[in-house]
Amino acid sequence: MSNQFRETPQQKKQLENVFKELKNVPGSLMKAMQKAQDIYGYLPIEVMQRIAAACNAPVEEVYGIATFYAQFNIEPMGKYKVGICLGTACYVKGSGVILDKVKERLHIEPGHTSEDMKYTLEATRCIGCCGLAPVMTINGEVHGNLVPADLDKIFAKYGD
Amino acid sequence: MKQVNLKVNGIPVTVDAGTRILDAARKVGVNIPTLCYLKDVTNEGSCRMCVVEVVGAKNLVTSCFATVREGMEVITNSPKVLASRKTTLELILSNHDQKCLSCVRSTNCELQKLALEYGCDSYRFEGVKNHYPLDDSNPYLIRDNNKCILCRRCVAVCNKVQSVSAIGANNRGFKTEIGSVFGHKLDETGCVACGQCIKACPVGALYEKDDTDKVMKAILDPDKYVIVGTAPAVRVGIGEEFGYPIGTDVEGKMVTALRRLGFDKVFDVNMTADLTIMEEGNELIERLNDKNAKLPMITSCSPGWINFIETFYPELIDHLSSCKSPQQMFGAVMKTYYAEKFGIDPAKIVVVTIMPCTAKKTEVIRDHQSASGYPDVDITITTREFARLLKRQSIDLTNLENSEFDDPIGKGSSAGYLFGATGGVMEAALRTVASTINGKNLEKLDFKKVRGLDGIKEASVKLDNGLTVRVAVAHSLSNARKLMEQIKTGSCKYHFIEIMACPGGCVNGGGQPIVPSSILNSDVDVRALRANAIYNKDKKSEIRFCHENPVIKTLYNEYFGKPGSHKAHEILHTSYKPQHKL
Repeated sequence: MSNQFRETPQQKKQLENVFKELKNVPGSLMKAMQKAQDIYGYLPIEVMQRIAAACNAPVEEVYGIATFYAQFNIEPMGKYKVGICLGTACYVKGSGVILDKVKERLHIEPGHTSEDMKYTLEATRCIGCCGLAPVMTINGEVHGNLVPADLDKIFAKYGD
Repeated sequence: MKQVNLKVNGIPVTVDAGTRILDAARKVGVNIPTLCYLKDVTNEGSCRMCVVEVVGAKNLVTSCFATVREGMEVITNSPKVLASRKTTLELILSNHDQKCLSCVRSTNCELQKLALEYGCDSYRFEGVKNHYPLDDSNPYLIRDNNKCILCRRCVAVCNKVQSVSAIGANNRGFKTEIGSVFGHKLDETGCVACGQCIKACPVGALYEKDDTDKVMKAILDPDKYVIVGTAPAVRVGIGEEFGYPIGTDVEGKMVTALRRLGFDKVFDVNMTADLTIMEEGNELIERLNDKNAKLPMITSCSPGWINFIETFYPELIDHLSSCKSPQQMFGAVMKTYYAEKFGIDPAKIVVVTIMPCTAKKTEVIRDHQSASGYPDVDITITTREFARLLKRQSIDLTNLENSEFDDPIGKGSSAGYLFGATGGVMEAALRTVASTINGKNLEKLDFKKVRGLDGIKEASVKLDNGLTVRVAVAHSLSNARKLMEQIKTGSCKYHFIEIMACPGGCVNGGGQPIVPSSILNSDVDVRALRANAIYNKDKKSEIRFCHENPVIKTLYNEYFGKPGSHKAHEILHTSYKPQHKL
């Protein structure tokens, strides 16, 4: 994964600015990790090493935190983040079937990214719109009251 | 300090405010079991073994974490407490591989002991077992996470005491495991091989790589001439494996045991500790007289320390003394001087060392450690492996008579002994350097300021030539790091620094007998007890200067000429290079 790491000069600069902002702020490790993920979409080892140096923390600690919290990704994410809610209401209303259909369509398991780096599939906990169950989000856009037949139309919007 | 009165199991006790319940209980002879707690290192309160009842409190309280209050009533042995502890143990055992018969820590395992005490004799919970591959990527230790109970004592030692942070807790829930960043094996991380994690582990999740079979193979090979040398700290540690109290010096019995194992010669690495001082002392004097020389000069005997500076402070390696460690000088002298003198082909010599140290296993395979063309040292085993070897050969140390090391290399000065404890190299060096510069032997030999267990100790010695030599001694790598930062920022005022990687020095090395946390957490200081045994040896000794050791005199007369000679440099000195790790 690390040999694929590429960054733009802008990203590099943005991260440096984050470090400047958080310099001398006690307990800023999590904040730095969150901001870095906003910039790169995930936390590759090269970025973790820079965070560790800037926050004066061992890189192993950064990695431990990154693998503890579900909010952090340590692998690169696809262009579109597809989240299928497996919260109680969505599940009862059939989101398990929706997940199976999306898995078939994208040929990936939850937590993974398609080879063309287009989609990352996540099975999420309740995202708080149970009234629309079952729910799927694509890059934050919510698609509710789903039935499997809706999927063709929705994914067509993303060029699939 | 404010005093607090409380009752533990009905027994009144008065302690300082801020005392842990655990320590207050111990004061009146009430022991509370622990697993994750390690005094002065970590108390996360995560294992829940040390729970007690506090009258008035709704839930059980972790006694390693909670402190005393005035009027507190603590109950450590109620049915509720015992049931909770038993459940905790059963849950820990539920995903433990429980292969105790073949476990290196069997009979010396904190989990096994507690399981026995609490009657955990059946699988009440059958948990999902993880099947982790062993990490045996390096030459010194093995991590077996199938036995790990996630107490995080190893992590705390690596992080806080050694400031290496090669390992940590990764992932979450059932998938939590101790490991390194991005799942890398230990040899790809900054691990310095100090082995302190092994000593911190309550179970068999971490253990040294066992080289005892190699030793026996060499001994049984009729074509090999097998020489063994023992480090100063081994003789004050090995006794513990055979039931002697901590800090018992069993040198004589140890020598007999080594002979019974079948070594051709049994020598003492003390002699080359003396030799190290001759070379290192000379190097220091040269550097003090050279305006352009790198100061402070730093000792190079501790291979964990060498790994640390090469990894974390590669820009400072010029400060290291170029002297090989006593172990490597020992091997080098055996395969050159000794081989020539007694007409033995160095190709046939196998040098085995017994060391309190796991990092020595990395030292023997370093570059520029083969003065004769063959590796200076072939096999190095830890004190623990030595005990294992003796037990396997049914050699019981307690039943043996005393005997003495073989001549001529057997004799070491007692200054060489001091290498076993933090401050010891410094004290031995100061005795010789001051005597050399002053032109006469010092009268006051004890440098008390460099003894003891303060993290960084300093002293200064005024010499007859008017120079005041300022020295510092650090043990454990977090303290070494502080001194390195001083050098980097230019605020370091010392001429000479001694660093030992392990807390307390070699007596508490990563290869020494494992002491359970029940003792480590008490008032007993293992480091001090073992060090005292060494200082007592020194006090009673007739030869207390390295340069007065007759063997050393012979070595220079017959072979090396003088300290720092061309020949000495070829055989007794080495080099360093940066290590690039994660």
